[in-house]
Amino acid sequence: MEFIISKYNYWIYIVLMMIGFYAMIAKRNLVKKLVGMNIFQTAIILYFISIASKKGATIPIIQEAQGAINPAQYVNPLPHVLMLTAIVVMVSIFGVALALIIMIYRKYRTLDEDEIIEILRGKK
Amino acid sequence: METLISIKPVLAIAVSLAAVLLIYLTGERSKNLRETWTILAAVTKFTIVASMVPSVLNGKILEYTLISIAPGLSIQFKVDAIGIFFAALASFLWIITSVYSIGYMRSLNERAQTRYFACFAIALSATMGVAFSANMFTTFLFYEIITLCTFPLVAHKETPEAIKGARRYLTYLLGTSVAFQLTAVLLTYNTAGTLDFSNQGIFAGKGSDLLLTIIFVLYMAGITKAAMMPFHSWLPAAMVAPTPVSALLHAVAVVKTGVFVVVKVVLHIFGIDLLQKLGLGTALAYFASFTIIVASIIALKQDNLKRRLAYSTVSQLSYVILGVALLTPSAITGGIMHIVLHAFGKITLFFTAGSIYVATHKTEINQLDGIGRKMPFTMTAFTLGALSMIAIPPLGGFISKWYIGIGALEAGQLPIILVLVASTILNACYFIPIVYSAFFKEPIKDHEHHDEKHNGLSESPAMMVVPLMLTAIGALALFFYPGVFIELARIIMATVT
Amino acid sequence: MNITDQAPGLIIVLPLIASLLNIMVGSWRRAFCYPFAVAALGACAALSVNILYAVINNGAIHYRLGGWEPPWGIELMIDHLNAFIAVVVSFMSLIVAVYSKKSIEQELPADKTSYFYTIYLLLATGMLGITVSGDVFNIFVFLEITALAGYALIAIGDDRAPLASFNYVIMGTIGACFYLLGVGYLYIMTGSLNIADLSRLLPDLYHSKVVLVAFAFFMVGIAIKIAFFPLHIWLPDAYTHAPSSVSALVASTMTKVGAYVMLRITFTVFEPYFSSEVVPMTAILGWSAFAAIIFGSILAVGQTDFKRMLSYILIAEVGYIVLGVSLGNRQGFTGSVLHILNDAVMIACLFMVAGAVVYKRGARNLNDFIGLNKKMPVTMAAFSVAAVSMIGVPPTAGFFSKWYLILGSLQAEKWAFAAALLFSSLINAVLFFRILEKVYLKGSRGQGFKESSEEETSFDEVPLSMLIPILVTAVGIIILGLYSGRIISSIIQFTVPEGF
Repeated sequence: MEFIISKYNYWIYIVLMMIGFYAMIAKRNLVKKLVGMNIFQTAIILYFISIASKKGATIPIIQEAQGAINPAQYVNPLPHVLMLTAIVVMVSIFGVALALIIMIYRKYRTLDEDEIIEILRGKK
Repeated sequence: METLISIKPVLAIAVSLAAVLLIYLTGERSKNLRETWTILAAVTKFTIVASMVPSVLNGKILEYTLISIAPGLSIQFKVDAIGIFFAALASFLWIITSVYSIGYMRSLNERAQTRYFACFAIALSATMGVAFSANMFTTFLFYEIITLCTFPLVAHKETPEAIKGARRYLTYLLGTSVAFQLTAVLLTYNTAGTLDFSNQGIFAGKGSDLLLTIIFVLYMAGITKAAMMPFHSWLPAAMVAPTPVSALLHAVAVVKTGVFVVVKVVLHIFGIDLLQKLGLGTALAYFASFTIIVASIIALKQDNLKRRLAYSTVSQLSYVILGVALLTPSAITGGIMHIVLHAFGKITLFFTAGSIYVATHKTEINQLDGIGRKMPFTMTAFTLGALSMIAIPPLGGFISKWYIGIGALEAGQLPIILVLVASTILNACYFIPIVYSAFFKEPIKDHEHHDEKHNGLSESPAMMVVPLMLTAIGALALFFYPGVFIELARIIMATVT
Repeated sequence: MNITDQAPGLIIVLPLIASLLNIMVGSWRRAFCYPFAVAALGACAALSVNILYAVINNGAIHYRLGGWEPPWGIELMIDHLNAFIAVVVSFMSLIVAVYSKKSIEQELPADKTSYFYTIYLLLATGMLGITVSGDVFNIFVFLEITALAGYALIAIGDDRAPLASFNYVIMGTIGACFYLLGVGYLYIMTGSLNIADLSRLLPDLYHSKVVLVAFAFFMVGIAIKIAFFPLHIWLPDAYTHAPSSVSALVASTMTKVGAYVMLRITFTVFEPYFSSEVVPMTAILGWSAFAAIIFGSILAVGQTDFKRMLSYILIAEVGYIVLGVSLGNRQGFTGSVLHILNDAVMIACLFMVAGAVVYKRGARNLNDFIGLNKKMPVTMAAFSVAAVSMIGVPPTAGFFSKWYLILGSLQAEKWAFAAALLFSSLINAVLFFRILEKVYLKGSRGQGFKESSEEETSFDEVPLSMLIPILVTAVGIIILGLYSGRIISSIIQFTVPEGF
């Protein structure tokens, strides 16, 4: 129990990630897949941000007057920076994926993978 | 032994490649010009090869490294006695075959003649490459090129039947060489650390007996061009090719490349001593004996003339292997001599088969009754070739069998003598009837009016008859003047024992 | 300012800026997009050669973006391995870009071509970025730039392309996220993202479970990206339905860049000792590669669509590369790196030939190759060279990488691996001779095939802008084969990690 509670941030991220993963793999609707992908990515962002935080620490802005710097007082800024980049990446992927979905919908008038495969088979 | 750097081997290879270019550029626009290139290339090639003979006879070795790809992997040429032996044979017969090809292709008005002559030239280049290669890698390279460039020749007619034959041809040759020969080459390199041919073999003190045996078996299975059983059936299948192809390539260049590589593996990769130690020579000898006998028996049953010749080739090729596998000086001499003696005999036989086809469109043996009266020159040549195959003196084929026989005695392998005798009888059984019916049986009466037209001589064109007479005379002359070839065989012997 | 000093930075910045400028160029004069993109990629190619020379002469280059000290600043680190890959990537991008003009004009509406080149340049940016990056997070970013551009380019293919691309998005994102998680775990343990720094810090932590998990995430992530068996399912669809020139580019370079990342992670970030001793990763990779080669080859036999067949062959070829790496000896590694180059050229040539056939015949089934020797003799000659190289006949390039790979397998006494490599050669022989027969021989066409009319057999080659790239790759296959020894002795032997 202690193990679970002390690392609860990891557990949350893993649960979220699995939900996303499940949706990506098992759902047949393309939009649902995309939502799953978003959850999956968000889980990773959560993970990165959570590893940066420290108990009782503050934003990493160093005031000169304070004298000696104690790293424990500040949250680690690097994961935040990484995630800003990652969010940009993920948003663009999301955009491209949405564009693809629109293309697919225009072509087949459906977003269900099974139905699309059915249509493709019929074509042959 | 003196080693000279000389670019001649490269020239000998390049000359027919240059011809390929010229042949393609000329194309169908001017057939005479196109054929001139072939003849010119053939003569030039032979001149170059011949010009190297004196230095080799003087005990010199010509070497040239074309390109060094990686340590141990280089395209390198070395002209030694055995190489020049094979190269001289192939390049000389190319001249004759070229003339014959022109006669054959034009008489039959075959299609795609440009491709035909171009592929032929490439095949000869690659054959020179194998003959002159200084290491197994170069050999393998040219060996594969031969396979690839003869594929269009076998499939030449492009009928479904030809395609089927060509497929089998390619499957056997390429398949086994990639699966077995390449593995053997790799294992050789991995074990010995080199692929350079050496007179003493390259495995001295390396590798376990088991590994070496495996390598040897892989080589023998992989060098399918030597048509040892059970990997022989590509050769009869390849008979769908135009006859000049069967004559030069499937009686000389391609199949002899196979046995040549086998000889190289035996003498220059493993070496006589090692094979004797492993006892592999004897095993190979009996394997070859099996092929000799069985192929002869199958030949008996063939009614198609070219197929019978093909099985005869399968059987005769194993003589070379048998000779070399006995590992005694006389036997090796005999085996090597058989390369040239069989070549003259068998090319004559194929030439006559083509000649008969061109003149009468007959392909089956039972149609040949009385044909000797219409085509006396062709059938005389056929008789000479057949007698040489059977090994009746005074024809060339006798010499090699004699030497192999002596070699078998030297090695104490008496059963081999029996094999030789049996195969001689079998050879006689499948050749003599043809000769007999050609000259002494009454021709089958055609119910058409052909008879009156065909009553007199109806030989094929001079461009075909002259070459086949020449090779027949060659088969005869080699008995009396084995000259330079036996000289070279002696040098080969001297270096490896 | 010396160009050579700035080359590592320029090689990313140049195509990136070019891709932005390309939109402006396109809105001004659409016809200028193509020469502009080709010029930009030409400059990249020149830069990559420049970098390669610098690395050969002076050793590895460390380039600090903005002058910040690593491990805090972002560092571009280029040694023999990535200089080599950069050359492969930039040249293939250039060659395929030259090729793309006519085929894209046919496959895309005219007003979209400028965007095509914009995304194309972005793809090149991403791949070059991966090769020169010196830290694991930047590799992630560039991986995603590459993938994004790839998704977009693949989606503009034929009817089924959008769906194929969408599936690729899903798979690719999973791969990238796994990679990112791997980065995260390493960051927790070491507090560093710089490759050189990581490889210094990690050996003490090799037995930490977190590091093991990180390694596993890396491997799975990259395996998806390079379509490594059994995570290859997205590839055949995506590469088959993409436009011809896009298939040629992504097939020849994207998987290779992914393979490069795998090499970096397994042998630079972690040491060979870790990847083979601490976790049996090399064994797992080796046997998966074995399966990839066998199944890729077998599945290829069943295909009637030429590009689809090539895609399965590509899966087998990826197996080759991974197999060589997994052997853990010098010969195998050499074979892998050499194969990255050789395969890029061969696959590009084959996909470009496929594009040429599509361009002229409008389809790419194996039966569309019938009788092409008369119509497109030059293209078919190039195709024959590439085919022979795939089979592995010397002196073509394909033989030499296979040679080293098999030699490596023999040295490692992995007989099964050597057998798999030979098996795939044989299958390739079957595959390609089946097509060559159709191309060159009449009798193979079977009954019911109408004898082609005069017009059918007349000479009808693809335009020069397509023909020249095809020829360049075909001639390249032979030249690379003949000079493979030189390439190994001057570049590849320095890429082999210590301890091999």
